[in-house]
Amino acid sequence: MIVMVTFLIYKIIMVVAVFAIALLTGMYSTYAERKIAAFLQDRVGPNRAGPFGILQPVADGVKMFMKEEFIPGFSNKALFILGPALALMIPFMTSVVIPWGGNLHINGHAYALQVTDINIGILYLFGVVSVGVYGIMIGGWASNNKYSLLGAVRASSQMISYELAMGFSIIALVMHTNTLSMGEMAAQQQGWHWNIFYQPLGFLIFIICAFAETNRAPFDLPECESELVGGYHTEYSSMKLGFYLFAEYINMFISSAVIATLYFGGYNMPLIGRFVHDPNWLTILGTCFLFAKIIFFIFVFMWVRWTLPRFRYDQLMNLGWKILMPLALANIAITGILMYLTGRIH
Amino acid sequence: MQKLTNRSVAVAKKEMSFIERLYLPAILSGMRITVGHFFKKKATINYPEVKREFSAVYRGQHVLKRDDAGAERCTACGLCAVACPAEAITMTAAERKKGEEHLYREEKYASVYEINMLRCIFCGLCEDACPKEAIFLTDRITPSYYHRKDHVYGKDKLVETMLNRVDVSKRQTAEVAAFKKQPGFGHNQLHQ
Repeated sequence: MIVMVTFLIYKIIMVVAVFAIALLTGMYSTYAERKIAAFLQDRVGPNRAGPFGILQPVADGVKMFMKEEFIPGFSNKALFILGPALALMIPFMTSVVIPWGGNLHINGHAYALQVTDINIGILYLFGVVSVGVYGIMIGGWASNNKYSLLGAVRASSQMISYELAMGFSIIALVMHTNTLSMGEMAAQQQGWHWNIFYQPLGFLIFIICAFAETNRAPFDLPECESELVGGYHTEYSSMKLGFYLFAEYINMFISSAVIATLYFGGYNMPLIGRFVHDPNWLTILGTCFLFAKIIFFIFVFMWVRWTLPRFRYDQLMNLGWKILMPLALANIAITGILMYLTGRIH
Repeated sequence: MQKLTNRSVAVAKKEMSFIERLYLPAILSGMRITVGHFFKKKATINYPEVKREFSAVYRGQHVLKRDDAGAERCTACGLCAVACPAEAITMTAAERKKGEEHLYREEKYASVYEINMLRCIFCGLCEDACPKEAIFLTDRITPSYYHRKDHVYGKDKLVETMLNRVDVSKRQTAEVAAFKKQPGFGHNQLHQ
């Protein structure tokens, strides 16, 4: 009984903590995006709400809530509400399989800083991410507006196309790591054994696809304001629009966490074991390292957005199907050949 | 054809090499450029706290000057209104009564003096036309308002107060004063 209760409390704390951290990071990603955009363009950025504009996300949130809630009469009301809810829910669901740290030892029990380490973590991740398309598609379709529908169609075809290449790039990684569990993958990358050194091409494909999956520039065609008014969220207002915009930032956070975990050693940091010996401290430091890596990748996401122009739609499809797909397949073949030559498979 | 600059380069329409078609080096160099801007000096000025330095002869909101004793210099001659190409200035003249000598410098004064800031083009011709050194343009910016009528500035906004005098000495440098002495540009002469 006691074991059950402790287990439940531990899981609840983990879920709430991950949820809260994801929300907070998402919130401040919006602030960071505006600041970084400003800095890259020699501007100052938001600096009125609080010192250095640190309260800007709060002000934005309040603004979103105060705006008039408008549901078009010609829309499908239930689906119209379901769209943004789904869009925001999916990234939170993916966060459960990400290992946020090693084990914490309290009273002789080991508590993993991961909500659940299911043995098919990667498959779960991809399954849930694929559902993410529905948030956008349902929202765009329910709006009953041409621009919304076009944006939604663009978004879904783009996400489906890039999911394929992403999946293939992951297959090569799974061949290398020999596991589907995210926790094991992170644990395997101790020291300098980061997967990026074994799968550089796979990483390149994965990060390009991650940009496309999160609908970020240069792949932000679903909401390209110069062509589609607002894209799939043209008809949305108030916090429903806020959910869509916010979902993008949560997605970015989760994608960064996945990139850091799969390719950049997760919570592992080389050489740190030499200086710190207490396992609990190592775990806490590991979590800090993971977050440093995540923040760096969020920065890269923004950095790329404010550097590269948007693709044309045919270029996007060409890149996805004619370049990334064959490249990912070739990567699988190369990985297999190298594994055979080095004697890891027979 | 003559070249406009010596920086122009002849464009060669050659096939891109494999490395170029990868685009990755180009993307990386682009990202290097943008991150370089990250640390550059910002072009923005935090406006209400920090103000950009104006030229000494910037033409902004007008001021109606008083003389050193505190009497209004304007005598409602109407030359500014005549000179104004935008017809932004209107005024009503009145006669000075006994006991008002400390208020108005000469026997005639403007009881109403209005400038419509929506019409004004800030050309400064009123300042040139004024024979009494009464009206000047300053380096103050006229703000925006919610209503049109707020843009019509009356004497309450235009006439300077003695406690808070507006410095126009920069507009009256030795060069300006000498320039105004020329025939046709002086304050007390009509244009020829």
